[in-house]
Amino acid sequence: MTATTAPGPTAPDLPRAKTDWVPLALVPGLVVLALPFFGDASSWVTLTLAGLAMGMMIFLMASGLTLVFGLMDVINFGHGVFISLGAYATLLVLGPLGGWARADSVPLNLALLALCIVAAMVVTAVVGAFFERVIVRPVYGSHLKQILVTMGGLIVTEQLIHALWGASPVPIPLPETLRGAFVIGDMAMERYRVVAVVIGLVVFGLMQLVLNRTRLGLLIRAGVENPEMVESLGYRIRRLFVAVFVAGSALAGLGGVMWAFYRQTLTAGMGMEVMVLVFTVIIIGGLGSVGGCFIGALLVALIANYVGFLAPKLALVSNILVMALVLVWRPQGLFPVARR
Amino acid sequence: MNAAALALNVPSQRRGGLLSADPPRSRLLAAILLAVVLGLAVTPFVLSGSQPIGTAAKICVFILLAASYDLLLGYTGVVSFAHTMFFGIGGYGIAIALDRLGATWTSVGLGLLCAFALSAALALAIGLLSLRVRAIFFAMITLAVASAALVLASQLSTVTGGEDGLSFQLPPELRPAFRITGEPVFGLVLNGRIVAYYLIFFASLAGFLLLLRIVNSPFGRVLQAVRENEFRTEALGYRVVAYRTVASVIAALAATVAGALMALWLRYNGPDTTLSFAIMIDILLMVVIGGMGTMYGAVIGAFLFVLAQSYLQVLMGAAASALAGWPLLPEILHPDRWLLWLGILFVVSVYAFPGGVVGRLRQS
Repeated sequence: MTATTAPGPTAPDLPRAKTDWVPLALVPGLVVLALPFFGDASSWVTLTLAGLAMGMMIFLMASGLTLVFGLMDVINFGHGVFISLGAYATLLVLGPLGGWARADSVPLNLALLALCIVAAMVVTAVVGAFFERVIVRPVYGSHLKQILVTMGGLIVTEQLIHALWGASPVPIPLPETLRGAFVIGDMAMERYRVVAVVIGLVVFGLMQLVLNRTRLGLLIRAGVENPEMVESLGYRIRRLFVAVFVAGSALAGLGGVMWAFYRQTLTAGMGMEVMVLVFTVIIIGGLGSVGGCFIGALLVALIANYVGFLAPKLALVSNILVMALVLVWRPQGLFPVARR
Repeated sequence: MNAAALALNVPSQRRGGLLSADPPRSRLLAAILLAVVLGLAVTPFVLSGSQPIGTAAKICVFILLAASYDLLLGYTGVVSFAHTMFFGIGGYGIAIALDRLGATWTSVGLGLLCAFALSAALALAIGLLSLRVRAIFFAMITLAVASAALVLASQLSTVTGGEDGLSFQLPPELRPAFRITGEPVFGLVLNGRIVAYYLIFFASLAGFLLLLRIVNSPFGRVLQAVRENEFRTEALGYRVVAYRTVASVIAALAATVAGALMALWLRYNGPDTTLSFAIMIDILLMVVIGGMGTMYGAVIGAFLFVLAQSYLQVLMGAAASALAGWPLLPEILHPDRWLLWLGILFVVSVYAFPGGVVGRLRQS
């Protein structure tokens, strides 16, 4: 007997889905194209790095929203309040461990940041589970009601933040060793932005890994394509929904911590303020697409930085212009999610 | 045709009348509406002082604003967050024209005309860009555009006065020094402020009746069909995108009028009075609590909301100081937390009373 016993007519592999290269090339293309407009390379590098860091922070805040929309077709206008909640949750850690922020030690400072992130994610996950149950669940399937009810949830939660932590802005200190900038030659890179880039990349990598390489991710992607089919195969799509909503809220909390330390003041409205940017980003990326959200965030932040340097007056409306251009080119965003 | 279908056709057979054959359909509601309108009509004669008449003028303006928002939200089923942008455009149109061109009626007309043109162009552009894909885009894109407008208004200080806004002179007939008659009528000196108040009152009333006429026209019926089932409407041969876009343009123009009236009353316009996101939330609360898709809900909602804004805080302050010893209760009853309670009322309205106050009254 020879190797001919191998299955005779082997089923041909499914053709691989074509990778859509154009949007992927946008960010590198933009960075390269911007170079000639700058007289010197050092300001170009500084602005590019700063823009990437900003983009990572926006991505952290936006990723949860787009994931929830992609899987559940639920648009959560109250997402911003999870950003604020995550930011305020740092106070739970900074209260007892405030000394760690003043210590001139990298491990202690980073540990503090990590603890803040954990606290924020736990708080926002718990509130997210509650929010899903009370606010969102009764209105699955109706976008109009979702928008209204989640706005209502936003108003109520924002007011509760005021009631719990007071209405005036709260200053929070950036840990000692994360202040200042790394300077190489003429180029400067704020330390905190480096941390933000690293955390953003790690989260993006983890999300891609979970979504593309695990069973859970497979179910989530299948749920995006066809929830009824996943349900009929015996998986409880409801539980998946709740898990994704909770994860999305926790990601907003994580983004909130990063955003809070960047701004160094807390206000209950800070989440809603940044939501405008978040919506712009997920519209550009294509509602429901994590990859599109990543590219959209980098694009918006980089363009805002470049335009702010080259033509400050135009920077006020640059986001809107980018969004309008993308929508004229691709009305569904860069990476439209198939079903819708 | 069976009896039910005939009964449905009845309103369309006798169109016309001041209420466009869309009466309140509830005795209690009719009585309340009548009381509100009459109350607003006689406020300057009954209540003295500048605060009541100011509150009444604000109610008039917000009735028009909320009604125009109801055309979008309640009748077309489209959520816009840019309604305050059009409100602001109306305000800035008047403010900039009167500030630059002098305090004449020609400037008022010119300012209003420019504001109309800008509002219509913007509403058309936003509608065509976002409504052709999915209605949900509209909500997010309007939010982004509105925030850009707010930033622009507060940054372009040479044109708009920046954060400080613009104070300006009114045409002579609307100034406090102007007198219609020498003697007081029913104990009231008929000065320019009274003229301005009645200008706002009648303009809002006319605007409201016009909107009521629009939603009860064949065009308005199509809008409701779009709200109920987009695909069927399209299949019946109506261009859904076109109808939605026209509805958003009409709503934008009505909001522009409301903004212009607000500026005429305040003799001032700035980002906080007409453009801020807080006002957008106020409008949303008014329309939903009053009752979406009823038009009369806008009257009830605006009336209740503006009154609550002025007087609920007093009540809450009293309650908070009565409960001073308790944990947390004084904080959530603090007068500044009045929006918390309206927010809860809002969420409950969306779930339990989709028709709001008006829907509730019509049921009973």
